[in-house]
Amino acid sequence: MTRLASYRPGLKAGVGFAFATFVLGVSFGVLAEPLMGQVAPIVMSAVVFAGAAQFGATAVLAAGGDAFTAIAAGTMLNARFLPMGVAAATGLRGRPLRRAAEGQAIVDASWALAVRGENGFDRELMLGATIPQYPAWVAGTVLGVLGGSALGDPEALGLDAIFPAFFLGLLAAELGRPRAVAAALLGGAIALTLTPFLPPGLPVLLASSAALIGLWADR
Amino acid sequence: MTEVWITIAGLAATTLAIKAAGPLALGGRELPRGAFAVIGLLAPALLTALIVTDTFANGRELTVDARAAGLAVAAVAVLLRAPLLVVVLVAAVGAAATRAVS
Repeated sequence: MTRLASYRPGLKAGVGFAFATFVLGVSFGVLAEPLMGQVAPIVMSAVVFAGAAQFGATAVLAAGGDAFTAIAAGTMLNARFLPMGVAAATGLRGRPLRRAAEGQAIVDASWALAVRGENGFDRELMLGATIPQYPAWVAGTVLGVLGGSALGDPEALGLDAIFPAFFLGLLAAELGRPRAVAAALLGGAIALTLTPFLPPGLPVLLASSAALIGLWADR
Repeated sequence: MTEVWITIAGLAATTLAIKAAGPLALGGRELPRGAFAVIGLLAPALLTALIVTDTFANGRELTVDARAAGLAVAAVAVLLRAPLLVVVLVAAVGAAATRAVS
């Protein structure tokens, strides 16, 4: 019972995230259906479960790119899960296979919720928060694929503004930490500066280097 | 259509590998103090990078469009300590309204 109870705060937060995830899933289904048909977008959401990467890879295919380019674009958009996984690893225990499996629960919102800065990483919070988001993502995709045309243009509904607003809300909770504001400003500046020169995805990955100011300020 | 399925399989494989890498390499091990200081700052750095690229990037181009209006409205909601769901909804409404009048 106590073990189950430890997941409850995460599940509660995850249900809140799940609504936003669901809406994003709908917009993915709407955007992917004309290109992929009805089955492929749903399979993609079920086996990839990474919004930005799915949008990115789909955009490449829609622009006439081949599978290799689409995979590369999606993978670069996912590259941020590498440093995120390093942070999450501090809270994961048990055998390698189990840690690798739990690492699959890393999604932006759950990770941002569970990361505790210098105090480690809250494994139960992350797992609990991801559990409601997975079915919401897949179900949203199903609805978008089947009923997308009835909903209208996702941009006219402002759905593309959901992602940044979501991340802004998460960021606000992070800024209380020492040097967090500096890291945020530096990360944003790096991403904006590199955007014109690199393929989408890489600027975000390289912006994670802003966290290195944590080393230097310690002295 | 084959390209679509190759993309799905390839992206599923790389996503799995990327998410597994950190936990496999470091799980359960104590890290030096400096590493925690860096890891703790990954969230603000990455979140801000995601915000600015999702708002101002269009491929490799930088633009200011209705998404920026949505983000501005969201920022006001954050300052008023609105719940996350409200922040997200007002951003969508702000962007949609901006597109409707422009």
